[in-house]
Amino acid sequence: MSIVHQSLFELKELINKGEMTAVEVTETFLNRAQQLNPKVNAFISFNEKALEEAQRVDQRRQQGEDLGPLAGVPLAIKDLLCTEGLKTTAASKMLHNFIPPYSATVVERLQTAGAVVLGKANLDEFAMGSSNENSFFGPCKNPWSLEHVPGGSSGGSAAAVAASMAPASIGTDTGGSIRQPANFCGIVGVKPTYGRVSRYGIVAFASSLDQAGPMTKTVKDSALMLEVISGQDPHDSTTSSRRVPRWSEALSENLKGLKVGLPKEYFSDQISEDTRKAVENCIEIVKAQGAEVTEVSLPLVKYGIPIYYLIATSEASSNLARYDGVRFGHRSNFQEIPAKDLAEFYSRSRGEGFGSEVKRRIILGTYCLSSGYYDAYYKKASQVRRLLTEQFKKAFEACDVLLSPVTTHPAFRLGERVADPLQMYLNDIYTTATNLAGLPGMSVPAGFSQDGLPIGVQLSAAHFDEQTMFNVAYAIEQALNLTKRWPDVQQ
Amino acid sequence: MINEQDLEKVAVLARLSVSPEESQTYLKQMSAILDYFDQVSEVKTEGVDPLVTPTQIEEFWREDEVRETLEAEKALANAPEKVGHLFKVPPVV
Repeated sequence: MSIVHQSLFELKELINKGEMTAVEVTETFLNRAQQLNPKVNAFISFNEKALEEAQRVDQRRQQGEDLGPLAGVPLAIKDLLCTEGLKTTAASKMLHNFIPPYSATVVERLQTAGAVVLGKANLDEFAMGSSNENSFFGPCKNPWSLEHVPGGSSGGSAAAVAASMAPASIGTDTGGSIRQPANFCGIVGVKPTYGRVSRYGIVAFASSLDQAGPMTKTVKDSALMLEVISGQDPHDSTTSSRRVPRWSEALSENLKGLKVGLPKEYFSDQISEDTRKAVENCIEIVKAQGAEVTEVSLPLVKYGIPIYYLIATSEASSNLARYDGVRFGHRSNFQEIPAKDLAEFYSRSRGEGFGSEVKRRIILGTYCLSSGYYDAYYKKASQVRRLLTEQFKKAFEACDVLLSPVTTHPAFRLGERVADPLQMYLNDIYTTATNLAGLPGMSVPAGFSQDGLPIGVQLSAAHFDEQTMFNVAYAIEQALNLTKRWPDVQQ
Repeated sequence: MINEQDLEKVAVLARLSVSPEESQTYLKQMSAILDYFDQVSEVKTEGVDPLVTPTQIEEFWREDEVRETLEAEKALANAPEKVGHLFKVPPVV
């Protein structure tokens, strides 16, 4: 078996035992990723210094240095996280040539742990989208079927792992952007509790919702990566000082005494037959592992989409005000046609630099925050957000973990939903509430549709209780044993 | 209901040029989106404090001391135009 299908833990072992060097592993993935990229378009750019970085890891090993938990493992990083000296575009024309002068804390921590940055993964522009079709660098494709979307916004991060172009990746999740593509691509994707992971150096979309997290082949891989990137950061005052547990060492598939809640609002008749079967199968698994299953009710989640989009677009309109064409990013050609005033200077650069979904959201957000509408939209949404969060807290008094579908259907076809933004937004119907309430959530593979498309199951837990969520995911993963099935992208 | 004038006004507030064609498309799409969003008005929220940060924020203290920060060259490296240690912009008045 080629090493490309192995888990991060397996690769780490190979390198640790000296059976392969970091350079060999990195080279293998780099070659495969570059060969498959014209088909999948999972990467926007590759790190020209990847092999140099790997070489440094090998040298340090030779010198007997103590290496970090990810020593020599190459990773794909969503092109929303700043990487010093390596182009970071947010998949936008606005930042198509932006070279960050510093790295995101997440990237720094991964590199300190010995990881090698393989390249920058494709995404929806500024992480705004659910299909990866809104990229200035072209859509990313689903490795299981190139006519289908990989999901979004972390589509490239998901596709790179599913196609074994990278053993693992980092995505970001504002309303489902890690869980939904993980679900569409048949991998594990984790959105941590809000405050677990530093947002410093990550291009901001909606700051009260954004979290970065791991996307991997196995639950244990995700647990380990999250250990590396979590923890307080002086550069992000919303990060928590709580101790970061060793989740990967405490995984247990024994669910005795655990209560798993099924939110009845998430089991609607809109769910496809294949998805329903896969999720019901997971319910049987957790029962067989000793968990008690109970129905819970979260009546306010039916407002999840409107609250989410009202808040996310409002925050985005404010965050994206920094792109003014003055200090960095796209500037319109004023030598040819001069601007008549300062407003035109900004408007033209921004109008040319942003794609249509980003503009739509800036306009929506500005509208929701404008005087006369603020109370009815932004403030109202933030009030309902509190009520919704309280409902979740109550639900977690009755159970330890929530289990539900991630989306109503498996991956849809490219182009199928681009003309109707509301239809696209409704994609996030089961994922946005997790972000609104700041809860940890994840998608873990649950099976396949009759057409061979992956289906995941969503788990979420109380604030900072990632361990319980990981254990349920681990039990499902061990029972289903799907991790050795991968798509044949070469065809 | 959002109309053409509203959209124009918002585009000015957001400093975002929008072509007439884009404007027509956005107007149609935004009407549908805002209609859908209006359902939040059904929820009773009298006296409810808006929630901004979902997990509890801790007080974050640090010494007020001089620390290293980005060098000027690095900060200017991505500037569309620059002169010395300054960002250069075209005359706009």
